[in-house]
Amino acid sequence: MTSTTAEIAATAPGERVIGDTVLAVEGLETVFYTRAGMVRAVDRVSFSLRAGETLAVVGESGCGKSMTALSIMRLIPDPPGRIVGGKVVLDGTDLLQLSEPEMRKMRGNRVSMIFQEPMTSLNPVLTVGRQISQALMMHQGMSRAAAMERAIEMLRLVKVPEPAQRVKEYPHQLSGGMRQRVMIAMALSCNPRVLVADEPTTALDVTIQAQILDLILELQKKLGTAVILITHDLAVVAETAQRVIVMYAGRKVEEATVEELFTHPRHPYTRGLMASIPRLGLMRSQAAQTGGRLQEIPGMVPPLFDLPEGCAYAPRCERADDHCRAEYPPYEEKRPAHWTACWHADD
Amino acid sequence: MPMTEIRNAQAAAAPVLQVDGLKKHFPIRKGLLRRTIGNVFAVDGVSFSIQPGETLGLVGESGCGKTTVGRTVLRLIEPTGGSIRVRGEDITQLSRKALRPYRREMQIVFQDPFSSLNPRMRAGDIVGEPMKIHGIGAEGGERARLVARLFERVGLRPQQMRNFPHEFSGGQRQRISIARALALNPKLIVADEPVSALDVSIQAQVINLMMDLQREEGIAYLFISHNLAVVEHISHRIAVMYLGRIVEYADKVTLFTRPQHPYTEALLSAVPVPDPLLKREKRMVEGDVPSPVRPPPGCHFHTRCPYAQDRCRIETPALKPVGEGHLVACHLR
Repeated sequence: MTSTTAEIAATAPGERVIGDTVLAVEGLETVFYTRAGMVRAVDRVSFSLRAGETLAVVGESGCGKSMTALSIMRLIPDPPGRIVGGKVVLDGTDLLQLSEPEMRKMRGNRVSMIFQEPMTSLNPVLTVGRQISQALMMHQGMSRAAAMERAIEMLRLVKVPEPAQRVKEYPHQLSGGMRQRVMIAMALSCNPRVLVADEPTTALDVTIQAQILDLILELQKKLGTAVILITHDLAVVAETAQRVIVMYAGRKVEEATVEELFTHPRHPYTRGLMASIPRLGLMRSQAAQTGGRLQEIPGMVPPLFDLPEGCAYAPRCERADDHCRAEYPPYEEKRPAHWTACWHADD
Repeated sequence: MPMTEIRNAQAAAAPVLQVDGLKKHFPIRKGLLRRTIGNVFAVDGVSFSIQPGETLGLVGESGCGKTTVGRTVLRLIEPTGGSIRVRGEDITQLSRKALRPYRREMQIVFQDPFSSLNPRMRAGDIVGEPMKIHGIGAEGGERARLVARLFERVGLRPQQMRNFPHEFSGGQRQRISIARALALNPKLIVADEPVSALDVSIQAQVINLMMDLQREEGIAYLFISHNLAVVEHISHRIAVMYLGRIVEYADKVTLFTRPQHPYTEALLSAVPVPDPLLKREKRMVEGDVPSPVRPPPGCHFHTRCPYAQDRCRIETPALKPVGEGHLVACHLR
């Protein structure tokens, strides 16, 4: 697959069909009440997602990416957390207005989630088949036998070998990669509109990670599911997503298509992140010039209960000036479909 | 910097660490009498050497035995077979007491900066403890001065010596671990996934620190990691492990530009690349790593290898040279 940049940009999603908006998140705000006071884990986050699209949300630990995912699923532990504002509109229904029983009918049915650690998110005392069929019996009203048939079919779809035997096994009998396949089978069994994948490959080895990412993309094309991919790994983003949101300290700081973000990152945080990852092959070409040093982002992510005035990234930012330290920059469209919140994005 | 020149200059010096045919089999016990019913072949005949000031990267997927290698060379785990030489001296059979002077020269940094520091000790005491054990800087405030210097060395403030581990972030804790490892001026540090638990922006800080220390103090590293990009960045030479054995061993440039073992090829191909414009043909390997309790006969990789032939299923390939300092264990090369 070698072709010019322009061709790739035009054909990058392959046979992917991007449809209408299925999910619209508007001004989502989630707070936690802690001993250190109230913290805003998700601070007025908005985005939309179309059918068949993969939207990546990236950032370091504590940036609010997982909290955004859990807020969409309404799985924020309350107390101490609470969703205090915004809308999460899935096919015209605001999930935040639903009662808990109504929401339960959505979860695993219209919107599903897979987690980082497949061992802790599967029930250790139920067979894999029981766990997959439960969702089908609950949401689709299938009989136990029909649901088990469908569970076997789903395992075949996610390429688990010998699915008829595997449905009778318990999670501990499966490898990490197989467990994540089971999680995916379970999440997709009711053919949801949106799949939220929270660091789905972080706990896996690279060869298994490649298999699982490939599987998610293949199933997405087959089923037309929209995917929100939460990750800290920019390389995974580059290989799987069409659009990216970069988060820092609970807020969106940048948003663009994948090609645009990687070729023209605007926010200093995004630039810093990209420069700080060691890349395969980089040392071969640039070792002489750089002296082998990786670019560092000084300092660390500030705790949410102690955010600075103005831009939260200012204390670590080489471009920060008094303006940055005094006033949070507006979130603006700097190039077509490329948004960022930085006073110096035009420099 | 041209690596060959450095290595030629150091060729005369004895390796800091030389490991030959290292084996570690963990018995699996069962029942009332704890009878041994099998073995986990965690490390099954591994050989390598590390020169002063050099970094050997040890890569592989989980369960390949890389962590066991790291702990066995320090004799934190007793080897089942093979030999470990430190500057030419065989330490495999030494008693704990006789081992002590060698322990000073070899230190370890662990992956998890949360569980590897005693939460009830102050950071300064954690860093000073190796000196206390080895009776260094006992007079006056000498030890405190040494510890303060170590804090500065790793980018922490000496005022932070009084703080407890929970008051530090993950990256800072890893700096404390490194300061503790440096306390006895070691010749070798075994770094077991030292940056895997850290955020990317913090990873860069710790990697740079480790490379600076090597440049300035000539410390050698055995750098254990599953992250190939990090290993490529920091290592001079790299050993790729699969199910307890080294399958390929080469200098960095050779390994990453001309990998010879199908497993190395697959591993490199699986690493995602942070460039959306680069669309690569992926050479995906099927299936999972088999269990080290019942490793497949012959070449361990044959169950997942796209090129496997009958011979690979029966005969274990030896690690043999295919080029200058480039060893590969594959029948087809």
